[in-house]
Amino acid sequence: MTLLSLTGVSRTYGEVVALDRVDLSVKVGGLTAVVGASGSGKTTLLRLIAGFEAPDAGRIEMGGTVLAGGSGFVPAHRRGIGLVAQEGALFPHLSAGANIAFGMEGSEQDRRVAELLRAVELDPALAQRMPHELSGGQQQRVALARALARRPRLMLFDEPFSALDAGLRANMREMVKARLGAEGITGILVTHDQQEALSFADQLVVLEDGRIVQAGDPRELYQQPRTERLARFLGDALVVDAAVAGGEAMTALGRVRVGKATAEGRARILLRPEQIRLVPWSEGQPAAEILSASFEGPITVVKFRANGATFTIKCSSAEAPVQGRASIIVLGTGHPVAAA
Amino acid sequence: MTEAVEHSVPLSSRRVTGSGLAMVAATLIALVSLIPLGFIVMVAAGSGWDETVRLVFRPKVGELLLNTLWLELITLPLSIVLGVTLAWLTERTDLRGAGLWAGLMVAPLGVPAFVQSYAWSSAFPSFHGLAGAVAIALISYFPFVYLPVAAQLRRLDPALEDNAASLGLRPLAVFMRVVLPQLRLSICAGALLVGLHLLGEYGLFVLMRYDTFATAIVDQFQSVYDGPAANLLGGVLVLCCVVLLGGEAVLRGDRRYARIGSGSARRAVPAPLGHWLVPSLLLLTAVAAVALGVTFVTLGRWLWFGGAAVWKLDQIGAALGQTALYALLAGLVATALAMPMAWIAVRSPGRWQRLLEAGHLYVGALPGIIVALALVAITVRVALPLYQTVATLVVAYALIFLPRALTGLRSSIAQVPVELERAAMNLGRSPVASVWQVTMRLAFPGIAASILMVALGAANELTATLMLAPNGTRTLATKFWALTSELDYAAAAPYAVLLIVVSMPLTLLLRRQSNRAIGQ
Repeated sequence: MTLLSLTGVSRTYGEVVALDRVDLSVKVGGLTAVVGASGSGKTTLLRLIAGFEAPDAGRIEMGGTVLAGGSGFVPAHRRGIGLVAQEGALFPHLSAGANIAFGMEGSEQDRRVAELLRAVELDPALAQRMPHELSGGQQQRVALARALARRPRLMLFDEPFSALDAGLRANMREMVKARLGAEGITGILVTHDQQEALSFADQLVVLEDGRIVQAGDPRELYQQPRTERLARFLGDALVVDAAVAGGEAMTALGRVRVGKATAEGRARILLRPEQIRLVPWSEGQPAAEILSASFEGPITVVKFRANGATFTIKCSSAEAPVQGRASIIVLGTGHPVAAA
Repeated sequence: MTEAVEHSVPLSSRRVTGSGLAMVAATLIALVSLIPLGFIVMVAAGSGWDETVRLVFRPKVGELLLNTLWLELITLPLSIVLGVTLAWLTERTDLRGAGLWAGLMVAPLGVPAFVQSYAWSSAFPSFHGLAGAVAIALISYFPFVYLPVAAQLRRLDPALEDNAASLGLRPLAVFMRVVLPQLRLSICAGALLVGLHLLGEYGLFVLMRYDTFATAIVDQFQSVYDGPAANLLGGVLVLCCVVLLGGEAVLRGDRRYARIGSGSARRAVPAPLGHWLVPSLLLLTAVAAVALGVTFVTLGRWLWFGGAAVWKLDQIGAALGQTALYALLAGLVATALAMPMAWIAVRSPGRWQRLLEAGHLYVGALPGIIVALALVAITVRVALPLYQTVATLVVAYALIFLPRALTGLRSSIAQVPVELERAAMNLGRSPVASVWQVTMRLAFPGIAASILMVALGAANELTATLMLAPNGTRTLATKFWALTSELDYAAAAPYAVLLIVVSMPLTLLLRRQSNRAIGQ
């Protein structure tokens, strides 16, 4: 069942088209990640959904109610949509507890504040602290609790983890996912971090220049992006020229299985570096001539030449070849991508 | 050989010597700036208990206290409401020409309060007393609230307001619960300035025929120089200042309202005025008309009546020359006095430095009249030859405007990286030469601005000038005051025009400073 749907939503600022006829639908209880470079329109998209701005054209609906479009516009404070902003945006003049209670109605606020603090894995004693006395991660948790306090149906996350360091970021992400799942809240995360988007969402939306380039299951987008550009945006990619025939592609890396539906003839085939293994050389296998290997701890970046083409991949340091020749093994299937 | 030994002195110990010298200088200057406070202590200690009781606990003082209380209690809330409303209109709404309106809302600072008062009392002679005093004080001083509040509104993180809306608050509730609390520091700072001006202002209240401590002190002073009555009234006035400062400190609280993290870089979406547009424009127009229009029209009228006869160019020229000379001297002296402190504050901050800095800054909170009383007392008792000399007057100006010089200098020195100074020393310059040739050279625009800010302030200072200037001194302000006192409004008009011309650049500087403070 669809909770939120955007139809033909556009927004321009003067000459700049921030969003161009965007269609998007978000399922009840789903987690959607919107990823794009800066200036791709992802923050505008979030602001339109939150109700801080109105679209120039198109329609936004939530649970059967028109939020924006036609003549109607529901302002932010009546939408019941939660928001967790970059760096939390806690009110600096209020304690953590008062921040959480800020949007609450009714009684027993102290008890509920304590509950919420526990729900975001914080000590309820922190309620007395002022925002500047909290660490970045704690501020984000308070911001999450503040938004959860309103029991919104939909919660928006505007790069909420970008100010945190890497370990904390993964931890927070898991906590947010768990909270949203437990409360049955639908979530939309905006980020420029592909890995974060891939790991957070069950629907991934890629924005570029105000348009949705592709949307769908994160695994599918990662493995089978429509374009080479998108392939590279979502992660390290090896895109090789190939001749496709009979469910196989002949490439510089040897034979690669491709999907049955792949058209025969010349094609560009996407392989992810993790699909490539370099194993000790044995006769009859496609050969890689190791050009350099630079050790980076758990992984080693290996540069090699095969059939005249040069490739760079990250290998597990446990098995990375250091010099000489190696055999290339390709795991899984390749996927044809359009050049653009 | 000696030379070799000297060269082997490590750089660090030389630096200690350099900042040590500056520290000694700053300490001496802080001590000089304590003179007015020392004077108050001296008055309190020296006047004998019975005389103090007789002079302080009398109906006249009670009346002055009540007058002051009414003035503060009515003017402060009005200034805050007006300043905040206007700041919000010009900073946060879709008002057209907001920049122009913002300029107009700061411009009243360019009209000295006593000139404002002169224009109103000559245009509407029946306009005086508490109502008149409050009205003129309001239009003269509300920009002190407007300026910091507008600057703060610009630097508030708009994400906070977005969040409050997404937490279900209506726009008005967002303003009351999120925006207003964060304006508290700016409002307190602005209101404190208004309050201190109300305590220290003389000319405005004389013309509005409203007795305050400042008017009473000058009255007493003009009948008996260095008399115990004036001095004790000065003591009570300082107590009032202390109460105001303490009140502000309590209201301000010690909470940190700074935004957390870098926040969002976006600027807030302007609020649509809708059908409030016309009332808003009416308010802005009315403020501009009342705060600027009346004065300019009145001045124009007096100039028209006076014709060419009032432009006694020899007299005006002499007053202008004298004013420029005194103002420039004041600017140079104040800036030179503030220099060691500014340098220390930037280069070697610490606990002692903060204490010294407090010593430099507190004189800014004292009314000029107290500084003048103190210098009169000191010169009369200790250094009579200095009594009523230009030197004493310049020292008074320098003390009154020391904080102004210090804040400007400090920020411009802070912009010069210490690495440049070190590089100069590595290249063989002595510490003093490095500071002089690198830091001071690069900070020069700030130094010039500081001299100018002090000079502009000194150029239209009235009270201390009246009390301290040598006989026969005719600055723009005192000449204007003498003519106004003789009710020769037409002859005073050219001086009023010049005083405004002298003050207007200050408003531009202040506005630029408050914008720069928030990085725009």
